[in-house]
Amino acid sequence: MTDISLKVPEAVRAQPYPGAPDNWKRFFTFSTDHKVIGIQYIVTSFFFFLVGGAFAMVIRGELITPDADLIDRTAYNALFTMHGTIMLFLWTFPVLVGLGNYLVPLMIGARDMAFPRLNAVSFWMIPVAGVLLMASFLVPGGPSQSGWWAYPPVSLQNPTGNLINGQVLWILAVAISGVSSIMGAVNFVTTIFRMRSPGMTWFRTPAFVWAVLAAQLIQLYGLPALTGGAIMLLLDLTIGTSFFAPDRGGNPILYQHFFWFYSHPAVYVMVLPAFGTFSEVLPVHARKPLFGYRVIAASSILITIISGAVWVHHMYASATPPWMRMFFMVTTMLVAVPSGIKVFGWVATVWGGKIRFTTPMLFALGGISNWLFAGITGIFLGSVPIDLHVHNTYFVVGHFHYVLYGAIAMAIFAAIYHWFPKITGRRYYEGLGQLHFALAYIGTQLTFLPMHPLGLMGMPRRVASYDLEFAYWNVIASLGGFLLGVSTVPFILNMVSSWILGEKAGDNPWRAYGLEWLTTSPPSVENFEEIPVVISPPYGYGQDRPLVASNPNPKTIADSGFLIEQKTLSPEPE
Amino acid sequence: MKLRAIITLTVYGILAAIASLWMAKQSYSWFPPEASAESKLIDDLFALFTGLGTFIYLGVIGPFFYSLIFHRAAKYDLSDGPAIEGNTWLEVIWTAVPLVLVISLALASYRTYNKMAIRGPMDLVHLHLPQLMETAYALPLDDTPQLQIQNALETAPVEHIDVTARQWAWIFRYPEQNVTSTELHLPVNRRARFTLHSEDVLHGFYIPAFRVEQYVVPNQDIDFEVTPIKTGTYRLRDSMYSGTYFAANQTDAVVQPVEEYRQWLAAAAAQTPTPAFNQAASEYARGQAQGGRAKENTAIKGWATIPPAPPPVTNYASKQVSNK
Repeated sequence: MTDISLKVPEAVRAQPYPGAPDNWKRFFTFSTDHKVIGIQYIVTSFFFFLVGGAFAMVIRGELITPDADLIDRTAYNALFTMHGTIMLFLWTFPVLVGLGNYLVPLMIGARDMAFPRLNAVSFWMIPVAGVLLMASFLVPGGPSQSGWWAYPPVSLQNPTGNLINGQVLWILAVAISGVSSIMGAVNFVTTIFRMRSPGMTWFRTPAFVWAVLAAQLIQLYGLPALTGGAIMLLLDLTIGTSFFAPDRGGNPILYQHFFWFYSHPAVYVMVLPAFGTFSEVLPVHARKPLFGYRVIAASSILITIISGAVWVHHMYASATPPWMRMFFMVTTMLVAVPSGIKVFGWVATVWGGKIRFTTPMLFALGGISNWLFAGITGIFLGSVPIDLHVHNTYFVVGHFHYVLYGAIAMAIFAAIYHWFPKITGRRYYEGLGQLHFALAYIGTQLTFLPMHPLGLMGMPRRVASYDLEFAYWNVIASLGGFLLGVSTVPFILNMVSSWILGEKAGDNPWRAYGLEWLTTSPPSVENFEEIPVVISPPYGYGQDRPLVASNPNPKTIADSGFLIEQKTLSPEPE
Repeated sequence: MKLRAIITLTVYGILAAIASLWMAKQSYSWFPPEASAESKLIDDLFALFTGLGTFIYLGVIGPFFYSLIFHRAAKYDLSDGPAIEGNTWLEVIWTAVPLVLVISLALASYRTYNKMAIRGPMDLVHLHLPQLMETAYALPLDDTPQLQIQNALETAPVEHIDVTARQWAWIFRYPEQNVTSTELHLPVNRRARFTLHSEDVLHGFYIPAFRVEQYVVPNQDIDFEVTPIKTGTYRLRDSMYSGTYFAANQTDAVVQPVEEYRQWLAAAAAQTPTPAFNQAASEYARGQAQGGRAKENTAIKGWATIPPAPPPVTNYASKQVSNK
């Protein structure tokens, strides 16, 4: 194994294969470098975030008045379908995979993912799925109009009778994104199990890596169900099989089981990396160890296990027998226990710390406060009698967006700001970042809080028009929605200008613990000249505890870092 | 110092408890009127959840904000905070307390569910009264809703109504008088049993003032019971997305005194069935007449849609259609 260091190319920014471009062009190649792929994922998905956001603006524009007067009902139905599909399958999943891709190998002291080519293939399927989905606007009949659940029989109704229609393209896109995610999951799980650097035992592995592992295990067991369900739906739609079509003897409720068996745990696939981000960002900016690190790490795996048996809480009203309602009510509420452990741990982490309100810290704190609220309304929804009233109303939409935007998107922004100096080698503008946070946080409350009273009053989700009694809260939600749209402007401005013109950041601008801070910013192609040897658990704030036995990048990093054990000072290494 | 912390915590706890009680009381005002006995049960349960939820929220967010205000680093202070890595007792407590709490909430929900005695599709052994009796002692909350359900069941036979949902209309049939209507009429203080059918796709039978909803599934007859206790006109909405004109698939549910209800039934039976006004069909026809598919008053045109089923032919049609 000592040979490995001899093979390290001389030039720090050399590329994985001869002739590979060493500039911006590498982001448009079939690069196998996990860092290039990570950025490809993040940038591509952010483009789709803007598309999905634009759809949301039109939706809120329609809902600012009770009548269906801005766009035709079919267009409204297509837009909420595409909004949900894009935001989940082309923004939240891929951007988190992108962050994981960039960070996991660095955090565990590896040079790349376990299967670099598979990694590149997984990424390049995302633009394919995106193009298919966008192309559905051009086919006769327009895009799918059956909601992001695509429940049959509505999804099997094909008004134009064409074989190539929006629903078929939708199913293909979702199936491709599913296959991409399964390949990604194989890669992540293998990497995390097999490629942690020497000395990095499970309880020396950062909480973010635990969270990514927990999330990717869900992908492995859950996605085959969704992909299988999607293929059955495709067969029903194209060649006339009868899995779900009631007029041919099929059972539409069966589809809901296939769909939710994956799609509820999918929420944990998205929220676990967000939890992992909170667990990484808080200790750095509060200068304290993560409180109860082992329990927080292990609770991620507990969520993976419980989430395998909660899916029917989406189906309390779907002709579900009482015993099933009761069983899934109890399992659903149990998720609150590991989630609670995390929230309490985070609060205890900031308690008594030396808190700095940097942009990533603000987004993390804001995300946690939103998650607390969303978690509590989630327990309401788990209760069968309450859910029988608010099921399929705006209460659910409000809860869901507090999770997806309030907690997860906030965590994504926290992660982007926190690791921006590492990824680009430059500092972002703090003022623009704080403006972004202020607009996003106020926008979130204005948009999604009013949805809760709307739901309790009985406004169904997915309506293009509504009764006058709902107008008041809808106007507030729409104005908040437009504010959320505006909040992305300072973000884009910040990211683009800082990447080009920002001040040089240095290797460890936050003085943070973690292997990713022991390499250059941006990291060299191989990340580390020598594989680091980990000698202590993470988050050693306030205890002068070195993380590694020797400098993994002796040529490029100063050896005086507090993360590296100083051989001369401590004669007895562990 | 220790004493001050204890006093602060106690005072904050009391304030949080008062705020939680206030929120629980407030929560009743967030709902439509309580028009069914079941709605009272659900509102009580919701108030319980709201109270506990507020307490947990304040219990976490208070210390959180306290910390954010008072534990900030000074501008040039680059030192680290105390190296506290955990506390086993705290961690055990904040695992055990939520566990006990959610199990209690699940239990409370289960009891409410039993009291509602909803007739589900596979609830073959339907336990009405024994169950109501045995759970009566269990909940400290008001037990009038159960008594109302019980009285309704004892005073008169259950009122049967066939409900048909289709793209995009509701049709209610009163089998004894063979009356059909596009508006749901119900006698007050009588248990009503709906048999739900769908002619095409999934629909959701949802009257927010009654607080209960149930999907309508094609090829399945689903029985569903509720006890209206307050006269008035309430909205009945399709709660399961059902395609293009889904949002327009709404009608009224009218709860009447028993006498008035009987008169309405008799009057309706005397009417010859005529095609009723249907929002979806009318919008669709207007669009077709324009030569395009879109309504004339929308800014952006749409795509092809499944044509609505012909307007239902019924004895009684809702007077004014306020669908927006």
